[in-house]
Amino acid sequence: MGRYVARRLLQMIPVFIGATLLIFLMVNVMGDPIAGLCGDRQCDPATAAQLKREFGLDKPVWQQYLTYMGNVFTGDFGTAFNGQKVTELMSTAFPVTIRLTVVAIVIEVVVGIALGVVTGLRRGRPIDTTVLLLTLVVISIPTFVTGLLLQLLLGVEWGWIKPSVSTDATFSELIVPGLVLASVSLAYVTRLTRTSIAENRRSDYVRTAVAKGLPRRRVIIRHLLRNSLIPVVTFIGTDIGALMGGAIVTERIFNIHGVGFQLYQGIVRQNTQTVVGFVTVLVLVFLVANLLVDLLYAVLDPRIRYA
Amino acid sequence: MRGATHAKWAACAAAVALAATACGGGGSSGSGGGGDGSAVLSASWGDPQNPLEPANTNEVQGGKVLDMVFRGLKRYDPKTGKATDMLADKIETTDSQNFTVTVKSGWKFSNGEAVTAKSFVDAWNYGASLKNNQKNAYFFGYIEGYDKTHPDSGSQSADTLTGLKVTGTNAFTVKLTQKFSTFPDTLGYAAYSPLPSTFFSDHAGWLKKPVGNGPYTISSYTKGSQMQLKKWDGYTGADKAQNGGVTLKVYTDNNTAYTDLMAGNLDLVDDIPASQLKNVKSDLGGRYINTPAGIIQTLAFPYYDKNWNKSGSDKVRQGLSMAINRDQITTTIFQKTRTPATDWTSPVLGTAGGFQDGLCGDSCKYNPTEAKKLVQEGGGIPGGQVKITYNADTGSHKEWVDAVCNSINNALGNDKACVGNPVGTFADFRNQIGQHKMTGPFRAGWQMDYPLIQNFLQPLYYTNASSNDGLWSNKDFDKLVDQANAETDTSKAIKLFQQAEGVVRDNMAAIPLWYQNGSAGYSDRLSNVALNPFSVPVYNEIKVG
Repeated sequence: MGRYVARRLLQMIPVFIGATLLIFLMVNVMGDPIAGLCGDRQCDPATAAQLKREFGLDKPVWQQYLTYMGNVFTGDFGTAFNGQKVTELMSTAFPVTIRLTVVAIVIEVVVGIALGVVTGLRRGRPIDTTVLLLTLVVISIPTFVTGLLLQLLLGVEWGWIKPSVSTDATFSELIVPGLVLASVSLAYVTRLTRTSIAENRRSDYVRTAVAKGLPRRRVIIRHLLRNSLIPVVTFIGTDIGALMGGAIVTERIFNIHGVGFQLYQGIVRQNTQTVVGFVTVLVLVFLVANLLVDLLYAVLDPRIRYA
Repeated sequence: MRGATHAKWAACAAAVALAATACGGGGSSGSGGGGDGSAVLSASWGDPQNPLEPANTNEVQGGKVLDMVFRGLKRYDPKTGKATDMLADKIETTDSQNFTVTVKSGWKFSNGEAVTAKSFVDAWNYGASLKNNQKNAYFFGYIEGYDKTHPDSGSQSADTLTGLKVTGTNAFTVKLTQKFSTFPDTLGYAAYSPLPSTFFSDHAGWLKKPVGNGPYTISSYTKGSQMQLKKWDGYTGADKAQNGGVTLKVYTDNNTAYTDLMAGNLDLVDDIPASQLKNVKSDLGGRYINTPAGIIQTLAFPYYDKNWNKSGSDKVRQGLSMAINRDQITTTIFQKTRTPATDWTSPVLGTAGGFQDGLCGDSCKYNPTEAKKLVQEGGGIPGGQVKITYNADTGSHKEWVDAVCNSINNALGNDKACVGNPVGTFADFRNQIGQHKMTGPFRAGWQMDYPLIQNFLQPLYYTNASSNDGLWSNKDFDKLVDQANAETDTSKAIKLFQQAEGVVRDNMAAIPLWYQNGSAGYSDRLSNVALNPFSVPVYNEIKVG
């Protein structure tokens, strides 16, 4: 187990370097960012040159990348154009996005799996058909439509919530944005669980458990559900990364100042340091989430062993 | 960029829904009158692009804060745009080149420090010093010694401007390198604000929570998210805040800000999304303002390209100008938030300030037959096609460039006469302009620094001026501008600037398109809301309740 984790961690290093390099090059291709700092006029050449020197933009790209990586390993992610340290931006943005992701994942897991179990056990019944239809509708509607619609109905028309999230971004404020963010994945989780449950219902170990006279609840939760969760866990694990990075649209709609906001602003202002820093962290989150998923397999299914 | 297009789409859907349900909330009950002097209002904001130093802030979002926290020697009247004395007791000159400034005594920074002549001189020296990376440094470019503290290349050989001398607690002298009669009127710009000594001794601390001498103090600042400003009771100026404070909230998307305004979650939005302009009157009724701002949009030309700088080119430019149906485009695309331009300045200057309605004459009137004739006389369009370059990432530039091209194509009876040439990002667009890579007209927006006719002409059309991106050069124009700057009598100086503007017109150095307005919407809690000529809300005059 320990060796397996170590191997996986080692594998992350090339992925990490490759990902940062790609992002670094992509942001660089967009051209000189200094020219955009002076509005609709020419930056005066002396100040522009001085800024370039300070941000290291006068060096060749490979040298910029090496310096950047060197700094990253000492925990310095550089400075954004507005004079803030990127680490400072991260320390304000990530907690917000993590809260949003937690809300989304909880909704996804609780509602998605519950619906999946119910429909899986009642295949072909009216409730199954209804939920299937509903998930189909949710999957086919893009997030921004759900988001704007909920914002308009709950925020403006009925006045149940505030249309935008405040600076504190507390859990209670994030419920609706979390729901919007989770909606599509929720539908997938429901469908995955449903199929998996329906399949395993007829398997030998379930029949054995029933024959032993175990209570129905125990059969479903301990035997049926646990074995059916493997594909669902895989999906949710990869979804954590996708939710954190993909919250740009949701964060924009509800004015949440999280990772999506910083990334968007970084891209619009061509701020290499911000974009590369945030994406690097997202890549790490993605890698770690995947590792955790693989380890969870062993917990769910004792037949799976890692050496 | 997917997000952006999606949001636009959805906003349309939302707009339809809004209109259908006649959204807007109930009428206010029993409010009006004097207003509550201690109530706080909330207003939309954007994350400032640069650190909040006066000489480093060159965009509206940071400008909003500076306008509340600082007062300079002069202040532009929010209504007329005229420069009036604020901290300046008097600014005297006999030769338009050497000025003696006397600062009113009794003014203080909100930390208790007195505002003296030194507060100004230190601040200006800081702004002009190359090592401080101040983006507005060029404002100090007329002051003697600027070439030493801010050389075009290499490192600076002095840290202070020789043209600035403190001559007493409240007096200092300014020596310029050339005659510049309207120099005192430029001093209302934020870059000329005084700075307290803590700015220099604890710079990082100051940036976390800027301290100034204006009617508001900053009580808390969460970077990238929100700023709370409180009325400063110790403020000695005449323009005290009429409300208890302002909370500036950062919005990533102005559509969200607008929705918040609709839901009563926000009091003031000063950037109405383009997609909502159609509904704004029915949504807000009288709580919508749309007033001229000191912004003009033009099409500039690359005079470094032979094809655009040969005999007859001026006729082609005139022809193109006459082929653009400004009325139709401003009505249909901008919902009258822009006004067809008839000169090269802005209506906010007022006729006394040099704005001359109709100076452009027939050249700016839509006349397809004459347009076609002129273009032919001028030898046709270089290369057979006009490519209008613009940046596609911000604003609704694509919409109007396409409309301008359609208008030109229809007028000239040639489907391929004009096409838009989008550039991905604003920075890249500015880069290509800076490297003189334009092969045809390009979008040029000009937001004034101070409401003077000089600011609309000299930086843009004077030979090798800082924002003369097309490298237009004309001896007559330069001579008239020099004369105007040397003229001590303001009205005579303005006349000379107008003559210079006439040279721009006769050569059609750039095609004026339209004047841009500032727009804002506000909740029924507020009254006395106005935008100043820089399209910044006049926060201190807003009454709440």
